[in-house]
Amino acid sequence: MSEPILTATGMSKYFGGLTAVDNVDFAIYPGEVVALLGDNGAGKSTLIKCISGVYRPEHGQVSFNGEDITSHAPADIRSRGIETIYQDLALAENLDVGANVFLGKEKTRRLFGLIPVTDDNYMRAEASSALDELDIHIPSLKQRLVNLSGGQRQAVAIARAMYWNAKLVIMDEPTAALGVPEQRKVLALIRSLREQNIPVILISHTMHDVMAVADRMVVMRRGRIVANIQRADASEELIVKHIVGTADNGGNAVMI
Amino acid sequence: MGLKAKLGDAQRQNLVNSRYIDFLTKSWSYLFLLALVVYFSVTGTGFFSVRNFSSILTTSTLIMLMSIGQTYVVITAGIDLSIGWTVGLSSVTTARVMRDLADSGNDVAYAMLAGVFAGLLVALIPGLINGLLVARVKVPPFIATLGMFGIVRGAAFLLTDGQQVVRGLSSELRESLRMIGNGSLLYYIPDDGFHWFALPPDLEPQQLRVVSQLLPYPVIITALVVIVFAFILARTKFGRHTYVIGGSEEAARRSGINVDRHLIIIYVICGFTAGIAGVLHLFRFTAGAPQAGEAALLSSVAAVVIGGTNLFGGEGDIMGAVIGSLIIAVLQTGLVILNIDSIWQFIVVGIVIIIAVLVNQLQNALERMQANV
Repeated sequence: MSEPILTATGMSKYFGGLTAVDNVDFAIYPGEVVALLGDNGAGKSTLIKCISGVYRPEHGQVSFNGEDITSHAPADIRSRGIETIYQDLALAENLDVGANVFLGKEKTRRLFGLIPVTDDNYMRAEASSALDELDIHIPSLKQRLVNLSGGQRQAVAIARAMYWNAKLVIMDEPTAALGVPEQRKVLALIRSLREQNIPVILISHTMHDVMAVADRMVVMRRGRIVANIQRADASEELIVKHIVGTADNGGNAVMI
Repeated sequence: MGLKAKLGDAQRQNLVNSRYIDFLTKSWSYLFLLALVVYFSVTGTGFFSVRNFSSILTTSTLIMLMSIGQTYVVITAGIDLSIGWTVGLSSVTTARVMRDLADSGNDVAYAMLAGVFAGLLVALIPGLINGLLVARVKVPPFIATLGMFGIVRGAAFLLTDGQQVVRGLSSELRESLRMIGNGSLLYYIPDDGFHWFALPPDLEPQQLRVVSQLLPYPVIITALVVIVFAFILARTKFGRHTYVIGGSEEAARRSGINVDRHLIIIYVICGFTAGIAGVLHLFRFTAGAPQAGEAALLSSVAAVVIGGTNLFGGEGDIMGAVIGSLIIAVLQTGLVILNIDSIWQFIVVGIVIIIAVLVNQLQNALERMQANV
């Protein structure tokens, strides 16, 4: 296999006396969809936040494309191409698709060669072609996002990440708030990211999603990685066992 | 959604797609203003005249200027309750600086210029503090600006030693103030013609009674402020970021917008347009009064809401606030001309505010339905 695009080695993160992430090694390869699974409090989100720069890990090193990005500022990590799409999507729903794809990075043109004004037509056109690449169709580009469906909004968030040259996309529970047809659409989007060789880290509780799109499943429990399973070897039953911690002791639940 | 449930599918489709309904919800405030003007013109003698229209425009400038800054604040889902007294503070400060400089032997023009500068500058202070409290200390805007309401009110009265006006403005100063505050760039006298800048000195009293001010200075100044701030809001990156913050502060932060700095600037803008209102008030009435903008505060919020700006943030524009201010000014003048007790103005404005919010909700519901068709 080729070189991993991102590696995190020996990662640990403590909150007071609590060990949220405990000496974790994690890697993802180009074009790979990795599902990160685990019960609430297993350390998934904390690990992701250590990668995206929201948290500084106490131990460990994150390198991306061969460069050490450990504890860099979130904005710096984003500008290197690691795009995290949170559940709330970070969209301005009162604005249209063009404005949202260019959020905070608005394209301007000079009015009368002098006054910089937002170039809405350009932004709309660019947003439209970004959505086309994802095979997403939105009836009217002038439509405010509040009037779009959950899946369409998710698509806008992904299109934005792609437009700004995301090299790795991290998605936190992308289908949690969606209806079934919308969920399918989002899974299709994840596949289309993979086709464009963009790796995806997918945090999900939904076993169906994971089985549908992930190439590899990484299961976390109490801050550690307890399983790393290729798609071919995976079954829902096996993963659930790892999540609840009954895979390694003959099916007897040990819960503390 | 009650609407949705009561109607059949086909009916609903028709309603949703109706261009008339669309047009009505989007431009009802313009139509309402037009209807008011027509109604008062037909029923009230003397309403339909250039002279009266110019007086309505001049009257509207106070509320309009305040509502410009208020629109920015409301779009970020905030509110500024302090600007009524900022108007007064600015008016009083301007008057005092002008008086003191003129009294100590300075040129009146210089004294006036320095006074205007001081008046505009002092108005930025409550804006800056409001902005810092809201953006950095995370005090809810309602509370922060309510506190500032009291502080600025007190400050304005301290500057007049508790009096209703700044005393001791010389007659020369008053005359100079009046020339701008009650002056016009262009006058029209029936059977005589147009005059730029000033009226001819030898006018008969009956001519003076029919003089029309075509371009009163306060209206010109307000129009310039409207154009500048409407442009910034609608066309620039700064304006766009204002809407982004109103839509989702979190999204704004994550997209790299400096939300704190932006909010501070917006509250400063709000203080600034109130400051202009205060200075103009002094020029128009030649008296620095702490309570100059007291009654106009709620009217300015009303104007913003009537104009379709959403109090929850994220939508609205300056043109809406302009129309809202004009509706209030037309009502004020029209009711006086019809000899109706001016108390009715409060009732009518109150009703219009409620209609405005309902129409805004209807419009959003229609937009949603159209998107789902």
